[in-house]
Amino acid sequence: MNANRRGFVTLLKKEVMRFWSVLGQTVTAPVVTALLYLLVFAQAMDGRAPVYPGVSYTQFLLPGLVMMTVIQNAFANSSSSLAQSKIMGNLVFLLMAPLGPWEFFAAYIVAALIRAAMVATVMLVVSLPFVHLPLHQPLALLAMFLLAGGSLAVLGIIAGIVSTKFDHLAAFGNFIITPLSFLSGVFYSVHALPPLWFTASHFNPFFYMIDGFRYGFFGHSDVSIWLSLLWGLGVFGIMSAICLWMLITGYKLRR
Amino acid sequence: MNNPPPVALAICGVRKSYGAVQALDGISFDIRPGEFFGLLGPNGAGKSTLISIIAGLIRADEGSVSVFGHDTVHDWRVARRLLGVVPQELVFDPFFKVVDMLRIQAGYYGCGKEVWPWIDEMLIRLDLNNKRSVSMRALSGGMKRRVLIAQALVHKPPVVILDEPTAGVDVELRRTLWSFMRDLHAKGTTVVLTTHYLEEAQEMCERIAIVDHGRVRVIETTEQLLNRHPFRFLRIKLADGGLLPEALRPLVTSEKNGSIELKLERERHPIGSVFAALRTAGIGIEDVHTREPDLEDIFVELTRDGASVELSNGHSPIALGSGASDER
Repeated sequence: MNANRRGFVTLLKKEVMRFWSVLGQTVTAPVVTALLYLLVFAQAMDGRAPVYPGVSYTQFLLPGLVMMTVIQNAFANSSSSLAQSKIMGNLVFLLMAPLGPWEFFAAYIVAALIRAAMVATVMLVVSLPFVHLPLHQPLALLAMFLLAGGSLAVLGIIAGIVSTKFDHLAAFGNFIITPLSFLSGVFYSVHALPPLWFTASHFNPFFYMIDGFRYGFFGHSDVSIWLSLLWGLGVFGIMSAICLWMLITGYKLRR
Repeated sequence: MNNPPPVALAICGVRKSYGAVQALDGISFDIRPGEFFGLLGPNGAGKSTLISIIAGLIRADEGSVSVFGHDTVHDWRVARRLLGVVPQELVFDPFFKVVDMLRIQAGYYGCGKEVWPWIDEMLIRLDLNNKRSVSMRALSGGMKRRVLIAQALVHKPPVVILDEPTAGVDVELRRTLWSFMRDLHAKGTTVVLTTHYLEEAQEMCERIAIVDHGRVRVIETTEQLLNRHPFRFLRIKLADGGLLPEALRPLVTSEKNGSIELKLERERHPIGSVFAALRTAGIGIEDVHTREPDLEDIFVELTRDGASVELSNGHSPIALGSGASDER
């Protein structure tokens, strides 16, 4: 069966146009929020001992904040678009079209990655005149961005599929995404935590996403980059398998 | 060797239940290419469930649907390209302008700039051209309905399904829509219409299926369906306050302002026999009006509880009112 390439490109374009039409909410607002975190924490924690040799706290903080914003925005893009279409009923236009599960899956992920990349780029461009960031391993940086953004975009599709009202979607954000983001070592090195929380952090996939992303800049990380990549791949693989099963079977989409 | 006649839409033994409720109970019928086909039935009869199964929005428990020979489950990509469905609900994407929405919809079906002239033509035909750059959320209900119709037609499907397209819309849109549909039909498009406005179905459809309690009660040409009613109605006004002869009294169905309506059985009571009886009694006639039964008379008769219908397509008789409940 031939793939519907034009259908995929159209859905991708439509998803990009959707977040582009509300750029203030989808790009500007998350960048401003993250920059405020940077400003406040950099001021409050200024003068603390460097986490890694030669890396100031502000330098340490910036990649973590960028990755946290990537995670939150990749999830928000696919979940809100899908849930909104489903709840408002206009998802029928997609479900009646000759678009397969893979085209649907890929278009939502790529659109979420484009938004996440825009947010990350704007954050870095605005911050770099004030915070110097080295670039130790660009490939690791790119791989962690794609795996983390991709995983959260897939989780967003899953959340959009299972949510039947906006409350359900908010629950995903409030009880999964936000706690895992804040307990992932964005603001600190997990080595500074008490033993229980240190161990708990190692079961948080967001920790590996942020730690691996930081490695791309500094060449230093709390755990090996290979372990972070493995966690990223594992999470992406498991999420994708669940999501594709839902799309192929029509779970909660086709009754 | 004779090839079987082509079928635009083949529905074969489709069943669907929701818990204990049997929404569709083994529905089978074919729609021929180029037909204007009416799918009628009371609320909860199963029409929208059937349309959703055809469109791939609901999965049937049993049975199959194919569009020009392409199964909607196994060969779904081709089948969906051949179908255009106007949903009953007024759904829209609030993020886009009208023309962008239509171009996006065309893209989902693999169509590019080559259909833009067709999109422009539809915007003109559906009186949407001055709204082409307006956001979907700023449109009135009637305008949104027009966009829904254009969205279903954007990829030029050979089979179009209209699920109550004129529900709650004004006269102007109805006229615009039917004129447009007539033109598409004249060019060979197969049109399937569900509506509660039976006069529309009577005027537009060549063949009609009446569905009730998840089963096809009858499927016939509109003419056959209308002729199946054994009665006709005669309304007369008698001259000089004359009284109706006693022999005709049992035929009276209503009497209002001196005008009397008689229900005449076609075989037993030719209209001439009424006139002869009046002449014999020396009663003059001031005014006469005859009325043939319309689709509404037939519909009410076929869908009332306990009615029994023999299908003209060779299926066995089905007792009405014995199916599942209307609750969904």
